[in-house]
Formats: sequence, structure tokens, C-alpha cells
Amino acid sequence: MDIFLQQIINGLVQGSIYALVALGYTMVYGIMGLINFAHGEVVMIGALVSITVTGTLAAAGMPLGLAGLCGLVAAILSCMALGWSLERIAYRPLRGSPRLTPLITAIGMSIVLQNLAMIVWGRNYMTFPPLLPKINFEFAGTHFTLVQVVIVLLSAAMMAGLVFLVYRTKLGMAMRATAQNPAVASLMGVNTNRVIAAAFVVGSALAAVAGVMVGSYYEIAHYQMGFMLGLKAFTAAVLGGIGNLAGAMAGGVLLGIIEALGAGYIGDLTGGFLGSHYQDIFAFVVLIIVLMFKPSGLFGEKTGDRA
Amino acid sequence: MQAKLSVVALSVAAAFALSACGEKEAPAPVAAPAAPAEKPVVVVKLGHVAPMTGPQAHLGKDNESGAVLAVEELNAQGLEIGGAKVKFELVSEDDQADPKQGTIVAQKLVDAKVNGVVGHLNSGTTIPASKLYADAGLPQVSPSATNPKYTQQGFATAFRVMANDVQQGKVLGEFAVKQGVKTVAIIDDRTAYGQGLADEFRKAAEAAGLKVVANEYTNDKATDFKAILTKIKSTKAELVFYGGMDAQGGPLVKQMKDLGIKAKFLGGDGVCTPEFMKLGGPAADGQFCSLPGMPLEQLAKGPEFKSKFTTKFGYEIQLYAPNAYDAVMVLADSMKRADSVEPAKYLPKLRETNLEGVTGKIEFDEFGDLKGGAISVYQYQGGALNYVETLGGAPVAAPAAPAAAPAEEKK
Repeated sequence: MDIFLQQIINGLVQGSIYALVALGYTMVYGIMGLINFAHGEVVMIGALVSITVTGTLAAAGMPLGLAGLCGLVAAILSCMALGWSLERIAYRPLRGSPRLTPLITAIGMSIVLQNLAMIVWGRNYMTFPPLLPKINFEFAGTHFTLVQVVIVLLSAAMMAGLVFLVYRTKLGMAMRATAQNPAVASLMGVNTNRVIAAAFVVGSALAAVAGVMVGSYYEIAHYQMGFMLGLKAFTAAVLGGIGNLAGAMAGGVLLGIIEALGAGYIGDLTGGFLGSHYQDIFAFVVLIIVLMFKPSGLFGEKTGDRA
Repeated sequence: MQAKLSVVALSVAAAFALSACGEKEAPAPVAAPAAPAEKPVVVVKLGHVAPMTGPQAHLGKDNESGAVLAVEELNAQGLEIGGAKVKFELVSEDDQADPKQGTIVAQKLVDAKVNGVVGHLNSGTTIPASKLYADAGLPQVSPSATNPKYTQQGFATAFRVMANDVQQGKVLGEFAVKQGVKTVAIIDDRTAYGQGLADEFRKAAEAAGLKVVANEYTNDKATDFKAILTKIKSTKAELVFYGGMDAQGGPLVKQMKDLGIKAKFLGGDGVCTPEFMKLGGPAADGQFCSLPGMPLEQLAKGPEFKSKFTTKFGYEIQLYAPNAYDAVMVLADSMKRADSVEPAKYLPKLRETNLEGVTGKIEFDEFGDLKGGAISVYQYQGGALNYVETLGGAPVAAPAAPAAAPAEEKK
């Protein structure tokens, strides 16, 4: 039982990160129907910027906690700038072109960003400074660390903040209006260009936080870390119903838990026929089954309030 | 960002400066004897393949640096083969540690008519690529592919300059028994190398009476091992063996500690690197790993190579740079003895190699494996890899005995 609980904890932490990244996919998709495949790379840039800033400040004598906070802020700011530039340079000129064009551009931007990061930060794995003290908790036979607790709480707070932004502010209302019908929204006086840019900026800020969290959780970062994470987060968004905020969150957490349980139990369930290297297959099989019965994802029917 | 940009600018400038130096050096030895004798210069192209991007890029760079060092030294010697001055040129390719990419770049090297190949780094890329080299009759010396299959395919062109995983797995299995553990959990990364090493270890461990309580798997790009480690924890294994590379091994050993797993960690050559300790942090301390060959410090030419390497490149040797250096030297040596740079002509001489390399004596058996390859076990202690003992391999008994003593004291 404690093993089962431990796997749930493992999955919950992983899933919170997926959820945070998935929100970025789902916001952009909800508003303009574009899958921004470069989003995973924004996560990576966030992690690497925060390593550089934190490392430099800590080396200059600043206490690690404060340096880490500055690193986080720097990562958020640079990712917001990056998200804005991505939209401005790569996607806005293609507004109104066939759907495949911006999708291919997105994949292109992903490759460009990976290679830029490789040139700037090098190819090696970088070690992330331990931002939080190493405190281990033991509860009912399970082990977890302070970092894990902070990740789950911080993601929950960020998601709550996003929900507030989308449903309780003027910008959020403009986002929802643009999602429903961009043409009508602009007739009603909504500056759709600005709303779309805002969606990219907000999504990138979340990505930056996710990047710092992934970095401090595994204590490593490298220029390719965003690719698989982005793919998993995209899967989470589709699982929950892409374009839907609650769906992205639930999809993320669900995917994390499915993966952890899959890796932990697949060997026993199949009598050793399938091993833990099939953990990704486990996650994707669940995705396929969900999509077979609910093609729009778990929460996909509420297309009206997608943001 | 400003600082980073200037770093980039600096390194670009440095690269230009380096290439300028290279150009200056190269014509010098050619020009001097060219004046009286007017000898033709033959360019000998040597292919080098390793992952230069991705999680193992640091190891690829390490191998390449070793090969670059060898090529530069050979060119400085001003060799003459077949009556012509030869200039060695390294054609470096990136296989991304991906078997598919491995065969693509192998074909590229075959088409480019290189005279020999040093590589690939991974067993997973070396094995499929070796077929292409064999079909083209192109000699291939891998400095780091340890999977036994590589040389067992019956190719006359396949060689390696270190012990293979049959030997390594056996030594690691014996070592685990000596550690006094009864139960082991085995994780591998499902690459030809990781899986091969784990299989050999499993055989040796079971033969020695150890109980394998868990077989778990990951991949060579993973960062999260909590799920499989949690399962291993439930089996209460006393030792976790990892068949895979340092980029996964480091985080893995760290996550073991996070989960409160008290089991010992043991790994092969893929995790026996400074990178592993960097990534594993304090969790790496006290764990063990093994490397084919003897520690550089104990070899006649080892310390000299080490200082040459660090002076030239400004970073530490990660893993197989000395072997890559030797691989180039082995190829050049057989060309010298055959007095030809043609693959068909020097290949028979390659098999007769008897060279005192940086990594020790290099002789090949009928498969192209290194004769009497030794395996050394190391322990990570306070950010350094400390030599523990050398097992297996015939000709190492004499130098190993005195050096083992200080390592024992440290323990």
C-alpha cells in the first residue's frame, strides 16, 4: 500500500509539471487553434536562464535563496519576452494562412530554439543549484522532499491564478471572446492581436515556472529537456480536451499518475511480459482509449468557455 | 544574456584562432622537406563517429578530442607511407547515439572514401554501422563499443581497443558478491550497450548465487526514475545495478537517495565518469563502477597523455579519450607497417597489431577483440574516482599489486 501511495506521489509531482506546461498549449490552441510545438522549448529556456542567473548571483555572494528567486523572476521575464517574440515573428505573419503552415513553423521554431540554446549553453547537462533545502518527509511509509511539496503547491497556485485571470478579469473576458469568434470579438472592440500576444506571454510565464521547477526537481537541465516534456504536456492537453483549462490540468495530473502506476505495475500485471520500458506506451494507450470514446478529450465538450 | 553572448563571441574567436594555428602548423612540416625532394602529399581521411549532440554529447566530444590529439601528433611527426608524405585528416560525424543515424553517417563516410574509421561511441550505433564498413572493406576500430556482438558478426573489419562486456559483466558480478549482498535489482536503458552489460551482469550474478529480485528498464533520454525505483524499493534489493550512461545514472542515484533507498549502486563504464559525479552529487559518494583497462596513472604513457590532453583542451578526460587516441594510432601504425594507406592493403596488418598504446598493450584476437583486456573497479569518493582493484586480463598482475595498496587504505 505504501508503494502504491509512493507511486501516486511520484505521479502527482510529475503530473503537476505536465499540467502547468499543458496550460500553455491549451491557451494558445483555445484562442487561435494553433499547436505551439515550440512551447516545450520555452520551458527549457526558462530553466537554463534561471540556472545562469542563479549561478552568477550566487557566485557573486548573494544567498542562494534570494539568487534563486532572482533566477525565477529573470526566467519568467525572459520567457515572456520570448513568447511575445515567437508570436510576433513566427506566427502573426502567418495568421489566416492554412492551418498546417503555422504548425510547421512551430516545429521549426522548436528546432531553432534548441540549437540556439545548444550554442549559448553548450551540450552538456548542467547541474541545477539546489534552491530549496533538502528536507525529506516520511509519511505512512512514503518518502517525499520539500521540493516536491513546493512543486505541487506552486502549480496549484499558478493554475488558480490563471483561472482567475481568464474568468474574472477584463483580459480574460477578451480572451474568451476571441476564442469564441475572433472576427466578432474584434468588431466588439477587442484588440485580438493584443489578446493573442497576451495568451503567448501568460503561457510562457507558466512555462518558465515549470522550467525552474523541473530543473530544481531533477537538479539537471540541458538544451533538449523541453522536447519530451513538451510532447507529454501536449498529450496531457489532448487527454483533457485541448482548448480547455480544467482539461489541461486534469489531463496533466492524470497523465503523471498513469505513467507512474504504469511503470510500477505493468510488469506485475503482465507477468513480466511487458517491462517498465513500456511506461510511455501505457500513457499513450490510455490516451487512445479516451479519444476513441470521447474524441474531444475528457473535458472537451465545453468548447464554449475554452480560453 | 550579455555575459553569455560574450562567452559565445569568445569561443567563436577561440575557434578561429585554433583553426588558424592548425593551418599554420600543417604546411610547416610539409614545406620543409618538400623543397629538396618534392615529395607528393597524400591526405589520409579518418572517419570519427560519436554522438556530438544530445545527452551523450560530452562523451562524443571526449572521444573526438582524443582522436584530434592523435591526428595532430601524427601530422607533426611527418610520416611517410608508400613513398609519399601523409597528412591525416579527421572527418568527424555526429550519430546522435541513434542507431538509424549511425548507419546514415556510416554510409556517408563510406561514400567519402575515408581510409579508416574510429568509432562509433555506442554499441547500439557501432553494431549496425559495422555491416556497412565491412561491405566496403573499411577498417573500423571502436574506442568504446563494449557489446560483445560487435566483433562476433564475422566481419574482418571490426576491431575494438578495450575489453568487452562479457568480461566487464563478469567482473561486476564477482565484485557484487564480494560486497556481501544477497539480492540485486537490475536497471538497463534498453540500448545495445546497457542491455548487453545488464544481461552479462545478470548471468554472472546468478551464477555466483545472487538473487535478482527486480528487472527494470528506462531509456537513454529519461530523467525521471522514481516510478521504477519505488518498485525496486518494495523488493528490498541490497544493490542496484545500472546498465547505461552517466546522464541517466547520475540523476538515478540521486533519486534513489530521495526515496530513502539504502541499497548500494553499481554501474559499468558508461557511468564511470566525472559527469556522473557532477550529476549525482553527494548521492554518488561511496558507490562503485568499472572501466575496461587500467587506470591511466598506472600506465607507462598514461600520465603524459593526461597532461597533454588537459593542457590542450582545458577540460578533464571523461571516459574513452585515451582509447580514441589509441584507435587512431593503431590505424596509423598498421598503415605504416603495410606501407600503404589503402584499406585493402593495411587491413591484414591491422590484425597483427602489437602496439604499446596509452591504454596499454594492444593486440587483437581472431575476432578483433583486445587480447587480455582487464577491467578495473573504481569508487566515487569526495568528487574523485578512486581506483579499487583490477580484475581479469592476464598481463596486468604485476603493476596492479603495488597500486592496489593505497586504494585499500582509503577505504
